[in-house]
Amino acid sequence: MKRKLQLVVIGNGMAGMNAVEQLMKLTDSCDITVIGQEPHPNYNRIMLSYVLDGSKTMDDIVINPRAWYDEAGITLHTGTTATRVDTTRRVVVMDNGHEVGYDRVIIATGSTPFILPVPGADKQGVIGFRSIEDCDRMMEAAKLYKKAAVIGGGLLGLEAAKGLVQLGMDVTVVHLPDFLMERQLDEKAARMLQTELERQGLKFALGKQTQELIGGERVEGLRFSDGTELEAEFVVMAVGIRPNVELARASELAVNRGIVVDDYIRTSAPDVYAVGECTEHRGVCYGLVAPLFEQGAVLAKGLAGVETKPYEGSVCSTKLKVSGVDVFSTGLFLETPECVCVTFHDAWKGTYKKIVLKDNVIAGAVLFGNIDDASKLERLVKQGAEMTEELYNELTGAGGCCGTKANAAADFADDDIVCGCNGVTKKMIVDAITEQGLTTLDEVKACTGASRSCGGCKPLVEQLLQHVLGDGFEAGGSKQGICGCTTMSRDEIVAAIREKGLRSTKEIMNVLDWKQEEGCSKCRPALNYYLGMIWPQTYQDEKESRFVNERMNANIQKDGTYTVVPRMYGGMTTPAELKKIADVSLKYNVPLVKMTGGQRIDIVGVKKEDLPSVWEELDMPSGYAYAKSLRTVKTCVGATYCRFGTQDSMGMGALLERKFERIDYPAKVKFAVNGCPRNCAESCTKDIGIVGNDGGWEIYIGGNGGIKARLADLLCKVKTDEELIEITAAVLQHYRETANYLERTSDWVERIGLEHIHKTTVEDAEGRKQLVARMDEALSSRSEEPWQQVISDKGLRDKMFGKVVFQQ
Amino acid sequence: MAINREAAWVAVGKQDDFMPRVGRVILINGVEVAVFRTTEAVYAIENRSPHPKGGPLSEGIVSGHYLYDPLHDWKIDLRDGCVQAPDTGQARTFAVRVEEDSVYIAVM
Repeated sequence: MKRKLQLVVIGNGMAGMNAVEQLMKLTDSCDITVIGQEPHPNYNRIMLSYVLDGSKTMDDIVINPRAWYDEAGITLHTGTTATRVDTTRRVVVMDNGHEVGYDRVIIATGSTPFILPVPGADKQGVIGFRSIEDCDRMMEAAKLYKKAAVIGGGLLGLEAAKGLVQLGMDVTVVHLPDFLMERQLDEKAARMLQTELERQGLKFALGKQTQELIGGERVEGLRFSDGTELEAEFVVMAVGIRPNVELARASELAVNRGIVVDDYIRTSAPDVYAVGECTEHRGVCYGLVAPLFEQGAVLAKGLAGVETKPYEGSVCSTKLKVSGVDVFSTGLFLETPECVCVTFHDAWKGTYKKIVLKDNVIAGAVLFGNIDDASKLERLVKQGAEMTEELYNELTGAGGCCGTKANAAADFADDDIVCGCNGVTKKMIVDAITEQGLTTLDEVKACTGASRSCGGCKPLVEQLLQHVLGDGFEAGGSKQGICGCTTMSRDEIVAAIREKGLRSTKEIMNVLDWKQEEGCSKCRPALNYYLGMIWPQTYQDEKESRFVNERMNANIQKDGTYTVVPRMYGGMTTPAELKKIADVSLKYNVPLVKMTGGQRIDIVGVKKEDLPSVWEELDMPSGYAYAKSLRTVKTCVGATYCRFGTQDSMGMGALLERKFERIDYPAKVKFAVNGCPRNCAESCTKDIGIVGNDGGWEIYIGGNGGIKARLADLLCKVKTDEELIEITAAVLQHYRETANYLERTSDWVERIGLEHIHKTTVEDAEGRKQLVARMDEALSSRSEEPWQQVISDKGLRDKMFGKVVFQQ
Repeated sequence: MAINREAAWVAVGKQDDFMPRVGRVILINGVEVAVFRTTEAVYAIENRSPHPKGGPLSEGIVSGHYLYDPLHDWKIDLRDGCVQAPDTGQARTFAVRVEEDSVYIAVM
C-alpha cells in the first residue's frame, strides 16, 4: 500500500480548514494533522458581528464541529501552539515539547488585531475585536459599563461599534481620517454611511488621533493629539490587523509584513506553504475572506497534484454587515486623473452608485443604499470587462425599461466562489441543482450551505437556479411557499381554505397539490392552526400535526424529560397550591424547581410516563407554557396593596388570563398588567402590555423581550375596564386572523403597521364589534382543559404517555 | 452450543394500541424502541436521534414513511433509519410484522 502523505496544518482557523476541505474534495491521499491554538473547533470569524448583536450564537457559527474532524480522520490538537517548523529535520515543534513529522506543512496562523502603541494601551478594558473571546468580553463590558469608544472607523470597527450600541452602550467611533471606511469608500458614500449610522445611534469623532489612553488601572478615557479628551470606560481597537509571523520567523522563512508566498502559495522553504491572513502575496496582505478561499483553492490543487492556474492576487470587495445599511465597494473606488467615473446620487432615496473606469475597463465600484448590482459589478471588475453601451444601459437603468437583465452568475467560472462565507463554488451549486433536482433557494441552501450564513449571495444563487432551470425557476422568492411542500403563500392558503371550504390538513394537501403527500414539520402545524382559526366550532384538532410540546402538553428538554408549569392566574398562588407543588416535586424526585420570567413555577425534569400522575396530583390547570397560546399575564401588586397603585392590576390580570387562555394563537402571547406607570410588571416587552393610571388604562402592543427585543407601541388609552377588554379582544382576534403561523406580535405589528391596527381595532367601531364576536366564538368553542383530558381518558393516557416494558 | 441468531419476535400490542402518526415507546430488553403506525405501515426505530446531541424520536411529526426529529428537525426515513440530506446519519431500525391485528417487533 502506498504510504499516505503526512500533511500538518498549523492553525485551525478558516484559512487552514478551508484549504483542507478543498484538498479533501480532490484527494484522500493525505494523513492530516491540525494544530490549533484556540481551545475550540473552528468557527466562521466573519460572523462574529452576528454573535455580538445576538442574532447568532457560538454554536451557529461553528464551521466544523469536533465530530467532523473525527469523521474525516483528521487528528486535531486544540489548545496547542506550534512554535517552529524545523525544515531540516522536517518536523513541526509544539510548545508542549512534542514534534510531528511532515511531508507538507500549511501555515495558517492568521492575524491578530493591531493595538496602537500609545501609552495606556495595556490598561484594563482595552481590547481588540477578533475572536469569540473578544465578543464575550464586549458582552460582559456592556453589562457593567456605559461609555465605549471604538478606535478605527473601518469595516470591523463599525461592526463592533454597532454591536456595542445594540448591547446598550453609548459608543463613539474614533477615526484618524476625515471620513469612514476610507480604504473602501469615497467621501460621498462615507458621508451617507455616517448619517445612517448616526441615525442608528452611533457617535463619531473623526480626524482625531489618539495619543494616550488615560485612567487608573482601568481605562477612563482617550486623549487626542489636539488636546481634547473623550470619556470611555471600555475601548475596542479596530485599527487593522497584523499577520502572525512569529512561527515563520522562528522557522527562518522569508517574512516581510506577512509570510512571503509565491503565486502557488509556497513559502521560501520547500514543502512549506502558507495561506490566509498570515501571508503576503506580491506585496499585499489581505484581511478579507475572499482571498483566503482563492488562495486555498490554488494551494489544494497544488498539494493534490491537480493542474492549477497561478494565484495572481484578489480583487477586494467589501460589504458592511450592519443591519439596515447597504454598502458595497469593489476594486478601485477613488477618482484619479486617469480614471473616468459614472456616478448617480439620489438624495431622496438615499442611494449612490459610482462605477470607476480605467481605460474604459470597469476597475471598481461603490454602492450605497441599493446593492442589487453588487455581485454583477464584482464580477465585471474581476473579469476586467470593458464598458459598452449595453452594459452601461444595464448598470444605469438607462435605455428602456425592460431590457433583459443579464445573469451575472452565469458568467462565473466553475470554481469561482459564490458564497464567500462557506466557500461554495459555482460548480458545487450547479452540480447540486442538476444531480439532486433542486428547484428552490432553500434546497440549495440546505444541500450546499450556500447563503446559509450572511445571505449576501442569495441573488447569485437565485440567478444560478434561473440559469440552470430556465423557466422552471420562479425567482424573487415571491413564489416561495410556506415550506418545501408547496409554492403557495400563507395568504393564498388561508384564502383557499375559506373559499373551497377545506376542513382538514389532508384535504388541503390533496386539493392544493402538496408535493409531499402528508406535508412536513413546517406546514402541518401551520395548517392545523389556520384550520382551527377559520373553523373554530367544527375543526377537529389533529394531535399528530402538533409540535411535540403542544402534543404532550409539556415542554420537552434536551434529555427527553419534560417540564410542568401549572396555571397561576395573574401570577398569584396560595400556600395550599405551593404545598401541593412541593409534595409532587418531592414524590417524583424532580431535579429542579424554578421560577419563570412570567411569574410561574416550573417543575423541571419530569419523566414522560410520570406526566399524567404529576398533573393529576397537582390538580391545577395547565399553565400552557408549551403552547402557541396565552402563556402568562404578569402583574404587579397594584391598588390592592401598593401605595402607588391606581388600578387593580392583579384582578384585571387574572380576569384577562381566564378570558383569553386556552385558544390557539399564531405564536405564544404574553401579557402584563400594571397598576401604575412605574410599570413593575414590564409592559413594554409584552405582546399586550397594560398600564393603569388614575383615569383608566393604556394599551401597548407588540413588545418583545426575546431574541429581537422590541419596545411595545402605545395603541390607545381607554377609560373603562369594558373598553380595555373589548379592544384587547379585537387586537388578539385581528392578530389570529392576519399573522403568519409562528409570527410574534412584534413582527406582526411591524409588518402590517400600527396605524392599520389602530384603524381596525380602535377607530372602526363596527369592525371591532365583528372581531370581538369572532373572538367570542373561538372562546366559546375552546376545548377541555388539556391535562384533565389526558387524566380522564385512560386510553389516551396509556397510548401517549405509557411505557411498555418487555424483558426476555 | 449453537447460538440462535434468528430474530425473536416480540408481540407488543394490537394495532389500535398505536395512535395513527403518534409515536409510542416500548422498552424491549432495555432498548427503547419508538413505534409509529403511519398511514402505510407500522415502523419501529430505536428511540434515539442520530443527531450528535441525541434525544428521543418518539415525539416527532410523521409524514408518510418519514419522521421529523422532534428536537433537531432532522428528516429520517422510518424504513431504514437513514437521515435525509443535507444531514447525515442513521438510526437503528427493527423489523415489524403485523398479523391478525397484532404487532410484532423483531429483536436480536
